[in-house]
Amino acid sequence: MAASGCRGVRSILWKYGSYGKNLFVSRSKMVPQLPLRQIYVASSLWKKNLAAAGPQKFTQEFIDKQVEEFEVGKRHLANMMGEDPETFTQEDIDRSIAYLFPSGLFEKRARPVMKHPEEIFPKQTAIQWDAEGRPFHFLFYTGKQSYYSLLHDVYEKILAIERHQDKMRNKGLFTSDTKQILLTGSRWLLKEEIEENLVENISVQDYMRLIQLMELLLSMPYCSLEEEFILKFRKQLEVQSSKYEIPALQYDPQGVAFSVADGRRKSAKASITLRDSGSGNITINGRNYLHYFPVLQNREQLMFPLLFVGMMGRFDIEGSVEGSGHSAQAGALRLAISRALLSFVSEGEVEKMRQAGLLTADPRIRERKKPGQEGARKKFTWKKR
Amino acid sequence: MQCYGFIGLKHTITHNAALFLTLSGRSSKGNMAAGVLTGVRQVLRGPRLVSAVFSCHGQTFSSAAAAPDTAAAEKILNFPLTQPDYFRLSELFTLKDLFEARVHLGHKKGCRHRLMEPYLFGSRLDTDIIDLEQTAEHLQRALNFTAHVAYRGGIILFVSRRRQFGHLIETTARECGEYAHTRYWKGGLLTNASIQYSPGVRLPDLILFFSTLNNVFQQHVGIRDAAKMNIPTVGIVDSNCNPSLITYPVPGNDDTPVAMEMYCRLFKMTINRAKDKRRQMELLKGISASV
Repeated sequence: MAASGCRGVRSILWKYGSYGKNLFVSRSKMVPQLPLRQIYVASSLWKKNLAAAGPQKFTQEFIDKQVEEFEVGKRHLANMMGEDPETFTQEDIDRSIAYLFPSGLFEKRARPVMKHPEEIFPKQTAIQWDAEGRPFHFLFYTGKQSYYSLLHDVYEKILAIERHQDKMRNKGLFTSDTKQILLTGSRWLLKEEIEENLVENISVQDYMRLIQLMELLLSMPYCSLEEEFILKFRKQLEVQSSKYEIPALQYDPQGVAFSVADGRRKSAKASITLRDSGSGNITINGRNYLHYFPVLQNREQLMFPLLFVGMMGRFDIEGSVEGSGHSAQAGALRLAISRALLSFVSEGEVEKMRQAGLLTADPRIRERKKPGQEGARKKFTWKKR
Repeated sequence: MQCYGFIGLKHTITHNAALFLTLSGRSSKGNMAAGVLTGVRQVLRGPRLVSAVFSCHGQTFSSAAAAPDTAAAEKILNFPLTQPDYFRLSELFTLKDLFEARVHLGHKKGCRHRLMEPYLFGSRLDTDIIDLEQTAEHLQRALNFTAHVAYRGGIILFVSRRRQFGHLIETTARECGEYAHTRYWKGGLLTNASIQYSPGVRLPDLILFFSTLNNVFQQHVGIRDAAKMNIPTVGIVDSNCNPSLITYPVPGNDDTPVAMEMYCRLFKMTINRAKDKRRQMELLKGISASV
């Protein structure tokens, strides 16, 4: 190591010495030749400090080339699979790669993947100054230019609204009951969402300051002037009950409406057919429910959804269930009945059922036994010594 | 005895890179040895920039680029330096304007900083009064320096930590085409720039402090950092501030909105004037070169 180190230095000194001879010919008498002495340097000095370089940087040309190669490869893949190269989507690519390169690896990220280079190579910020070194953004030297420029804009709007208010006061037209912005059903954007929008990292205090400024803006009487700007920072909350898939209402040859739904609990699977204009008969696996569920608790579970919506004697229930034990089977049937009921019931009732917990699948499963213990929680006898 | 000094490539405002070569037989600066050798190799491979290799005896080995172009460029850069008030900045403000903008009002006698005493007349009803004749002189010098920096295409950074005037200063900077920093000053912005921003960033060539104190009445960190990085500073120093590290201090009031608006207006006008003048000179040079 030391030998290679000094050899490297010596080669540089030798080159330098030869250059010196060529250039400074007239001064060769006065400039002494550099002494070629051995300098011992540890090899760690020659090695590149890989960690200090930071994340790997890719040039724009490199990424453009990768994009080209991806497009060409996509067409080849389509031809290989015998499909039309023009209408070959990303899902088709994933399917084809999974078919051509089957992998048994558990880690999904370790499997072969073919995606657009935008998704593979990390995004990098472009150079933020021009040829002379002057930055493009006037708040570049603060470090967080997008965030502070946003604060600047918000403050600008606050000042504009104050000026408007003063004008109205001068004219004598000032009123406090102006059009208010509707904020129900929406929430402020989260810190992560704002970071995404700004392409910059901000701290928790920065985020809270921004929300404070927005609240200040909202507290002014004439804030409706900037409604559009404010709504950009609000996200609409979805109505939870609209997420449920309501099973389609079908009609049998006699014209009687019926719906079919499934339910699961632990490892029990149940399927229910709910027929309208019935008399409250319940048949499970071909047997009457009294026979199938001798225990009262299980029969109560079956009846609860109908009791809740008040349609006790209206339906005929035909069900099949398999797996697990009697309690789990009852739970699975209950979920299936609730889901089937969704098609017979109004929107408001759906929300009520959701809040009662009828539409939520019970996620509890049997906890595994751990080594060194008797069961999932039970430990072996503890001995002090 | 020949001794050659080595100074690395400096990015000066004039954009002229002058490279001085080290050829000492015994380089005592051991850690500079590697730098010296790489510098030498760069030079000997053929400098891309206009460079002149000098020695103590003054013999030039390589010559600069085509003569007439650089002569005109040098005239544009050097001619304003020969005049005392090339941009006629004395017509921008008068003593009366400063008085009406309440620039002469300092803080109370108890807040007075010892080093500000030369700039004060004294106190009236416990309030310190700043000598406006000295202020006018200092302000003229500061504006002149700012104008020359802007003329030569330097980066000017407007700094203040007063929340009352932050928006005004940011707007002024944006309208001039320069830069502002009226927010929390992170530690190594100037001293650790290649890590805080990206490697190869260009630091400001002039920093204007519209208030030299931060929100806890201590001296702004930027003053000390600018002095460390050899960046000239212009600062409005009130009677409770320390004017020592600032290159062009301007004693004056930094609390009243009227005074701050006046300063912003003055600096904006100087910078715009200087930039317009530069554009005019470039156009004239273009016309005369084509003729």
